[in-house]
Amino acid sequence: MKKILTLFTSFIFLLVACAPKGPVELTVMTHDSFAISEEVVAAFEGANNVKVTFLASGDTGAALNKAILTKDAPLADVFYGVDNTFLSRALGADIFEPYQPSALANVPTAFRLDPENRMTPVDYGDVCINYDKTYFAENNLPIPVSLEDLLKSEYNGLLVVENPATSSPGLAFLLATVAHFGDPGYLDFWTALRDNGLVVVNDWETAYYANFSASSGQGPQPMVVSYGSSPPAEVIFAETPLDDAPTASIIGPDTCFRQIEFVGILKGTQNRALAEKFVDFMLSKDFQEDLPMQMFVFPVNPDAALPDEFVQYAQIPDQPAQLDPADITANREKWIQTWTETVLR
Amino acid sequence: MLLYTNHKDTETRRIFLRAFASWLSSRLLLWLLPLGFIGLFFFYPLGRILTYSFDTSVLTAENLHLTSNVLLFTFYQASLSTLLTLLLGLPAAYLFARFEFPGKTLLRALTAVPFMLPTVVVAAGFNALLGPRGWFNLGLMSIFGLENPPLQFVGTLGAILMAHVFYNTTIVIRVVGNALLQLDTRLMNAARTLGADNRRVWWHITLPLLRPSLLAAGILVFLFDFTSFGVILLLGGPGFATLEVETYIQALQMLNLPLASLLSAVQLLCTLAFSVLYTRVVAKTRIQVSPRPAQYNLRRAQKWGEKIFVIGMGSLLILFFILPMLALPLRSVSRLEAARGERADVQYGLTGDYYSELFVNRRGSLFYVPPIRAALNSLGYAGLTVLFSLLMGFPAASALARPGKLEHWLDPLLILPLGASAVTLGLGFIISFNQPPLRLLASPWLIPLAHTMVALPFVIRTLQPALTSIPERLRDAASSLGASPFRAWLAVDWPIIWRASLAAATFAFTVSLGEFGATALLTRPEYPTIPIAIYRFLSQPGGLNYGQAMAMATILMTLATIGILMIERLRLPGTREF
Repeated sequence: MKKILTLFTSFIFLLVACAPKGPVELTVMTHDSFAISEEVVAAFEGANNVKVTFLASGDTGAALNKAILTKDAPLADVFYGVDNTFLSRALGADIFEPYQPSALANVPTAFRLDPENRMTPVDYGDVCINYDKTYFAENNLPIPVSLEDLLKSEYNGLLVVENPATSSPGLAFLLATVAHFGDPGYLDFWTALRDNGLVVVNDWETAYYANFSASSGQGPQPMVVSYGSSPPAEVIFAETPLDDAPTASIIGPDTCFRQIEFVGILKGTQNRALAEKFVDFMLSKDFQEDLPMQMFVFPVNPDAALPDEFVQYAQIPDQPAQLDPADITANREKWIQTWTETVLR
Repeated sequence: MLLYTNHKDTETRRIFLRAFASWLSSRLLLWLLPLGFIGLFFFYPLGRILTYSFDTSVLTAENLHLTSNVLLFTFYQASLSTLLTLLLGLPAAYLFARFEFPGKTLLRALTAVPFMLPTVVVAAGFNALLGPRGWFNLGLMSIFGLENPPLQFVGTLGAILMAHVFYNTTIVIRVVGNALLQLDTRLMNAARTLGADNRRVWWHITLPLLRPSLLAAGILVFLFDFTSFGVILLLGGPGFATLEVETYIQALQMLNLPLASLLSAVQLLCTLAFSVLYTRVVAKTRIQVSPRPAQYNLRRAQKWGEKIFVIGMGSLLILFFILPMLALPLRSVSRLEAARGERADVQYGLTGDYYSELFVNRRGSLFYVPPIRAALNSLGYAGLTVLFSLLMGFPAASALARPGKLEHWLDPLLILPLGASAVTLGLGFIISFNQPPLRLLASPWLIPLAHTMVALPFVIRTLQPALTSIPERLRDAASSLGASPFRAWLAVDWPIIWRASLAAATFAFTVSLGEFGATALLTRPEYPTIPIAIYRFLSQPGGLNYGQAMAMATILMTLATIGILMIERLRLPGTREF
């Protein structure tokens, strides 16, 4: 009986081994916001005789958790979507293999945060305060240009932010204030901001669509923590063609926090060569130029051209706030906790 | 002689043993499928994640203080919500179980729709009605010439309670209503003839008869509120956290798995305590009565009091359930650009753009979700969930209906999946099913299986009271008249079961259609569902995205309503209407 079984199994194995070779499969784990054009991915698949499967795995934190929890038997070959707020946590978990794509030389050094090249920067975006142009014009209010400006009484009750414990732009904005005011100086700022009628909600969707006055939800607050790419998105996804964006970003020094997103090859991949090719591909002009319209982020490759709407309506801050990723990992929990006690209690 | 007795003894023993074996095997057979399922897809992943991430260093005074604070609030809001849900649900159940009125079927179906709407959509609906720029506030502001919205809704305990009632009333309507419908009113009439007044009839007859289903509805509602996540996060706002919300924050934002596992262990232990308590109370109240065909209980309102009740309760339900949902379809066909001021040439108006835009892959995206495919995926998952959960719910409920020692122990365990933290379970799935032989993470079957887990407690709790109520003597009567066991089952059990199955199927269907939390970690981009499509649209700025999200939500509501109406209309040929 046992013999038959062995024979049978080996027969099956033989069958599987001799099956006609289709394209190899490459699995890429991403967060839920990942998007790509059909034709761009098809070109990569055609050129390398590969079938790429994207495994969307929740928001940034959830996807990273999934990758860390499955590191003994990785579910994918490549992981995309670690940002600088999670970077040193990801590196500490030791789930990536070093790889240095040749195109990396072309990427500005400000984006290259991992000296050992386990994580390759792909794109960046700035979390900024968006404001409702009409509201400020109609009320003859000057646009605030710094974080300190937000404490002025004329802006009482006009800003909605997201809870950093539950939202990634919320955390980014908290980090901008930490970078600007230092620890514990940022707490004084938040105390004053709270006393100036700050509105806090848990998620970006509520902040933008229920509270922000320039979105389709037409809420009561004319300022919201969102992205530098939201104004072009308002034009691209307008209900009727617009000749100007209804919103703009406040891009004073340290008012925006720069999020940089990385890709890495997962330890234990059986497709190392293809995985390298995919990382190369993510830095290629084709992919980098596809990024803005698909994910509303900016390419790190300086050769990639931006779409018109981005050139026209997206503002890139000269001096975005930045913090050392190791610093963020070491203090994230403490900062969120003390923020919660200061602002919500 | 001696030999003979011995022979007789062994014979008796053999008969006894055979009976015991068949009893055992039938019991075990009944339990095999549901227990195997729950064991594999619930206890195994949960056990793995808890042992993987728990360590004693998390037991600091600070963490314990946080946990007990969160637990207190969780318990407080769940108790209040359950009370309020019963307060609205019981008269509503009575309305549907006693009276015929025009539009009844539709209204009944509509009360179940919230149950399957993703929280983000419900929050949008409530915001359009009661938010800072909602109709209600705008109306009050223009009437009284106010500067600021007078009603603060989002971010209050009131919003949490109201949303919970909005979501869960359907449970009471279905579980208690079903029992009310089959209640033998001759008992009450007899009591009245004997001189009992209405109050005594209610306390001594109706209430005891309804107790099992009241308790079942109560525990389901309570557990749903106890483990509430989206409502707290989106409508309660940052000032409130339940165990489930705090688990999510610790696990996925702080990446503090040990504390997350402590929180979810506390949640699980509480759930276990509630379910043990529940099964002990229910065990004391099993009563068998002949169920009555529904048409004996249903009638049109005749007296003035009854008419006022039907009209009043009906309008209340319409107001409470339809108004918040109405905002979505309205918004999905209206254009509001003009209100932004600077583009005065565009007026408020009707538009079908959002719907037609759903069918266009404007940016050539690989992850574009065609609405028909999303709908088909959603319906496919829902269909499989109904199938799986009935397949497993039936044997479990049958065994529970005639409980022995075994059932006494197993019963509370079956409710547990409802009280588990979705985030923790999702993480458990990830570490349990990521390698052979259980490399299921890559399989699309995992989604309906996960949905089945949430639906199963509902299915079992809906079927069990019905199965329990089937009187043994009817079956005996059938057998004594020469019916085979199967024939007896078909004539006695089946008609009673059929109605309960429909209610159970509705639950499974709705749970699957709207479920997002537990499966958010498991989704496969090749099989997007409608809730996922809605989230995709809402995660980006722009009027078109918002409108498309509302259009997709409207499609979900329509599908859900049609689905429920169809399930409730299912009638077996030859079955009398029960």
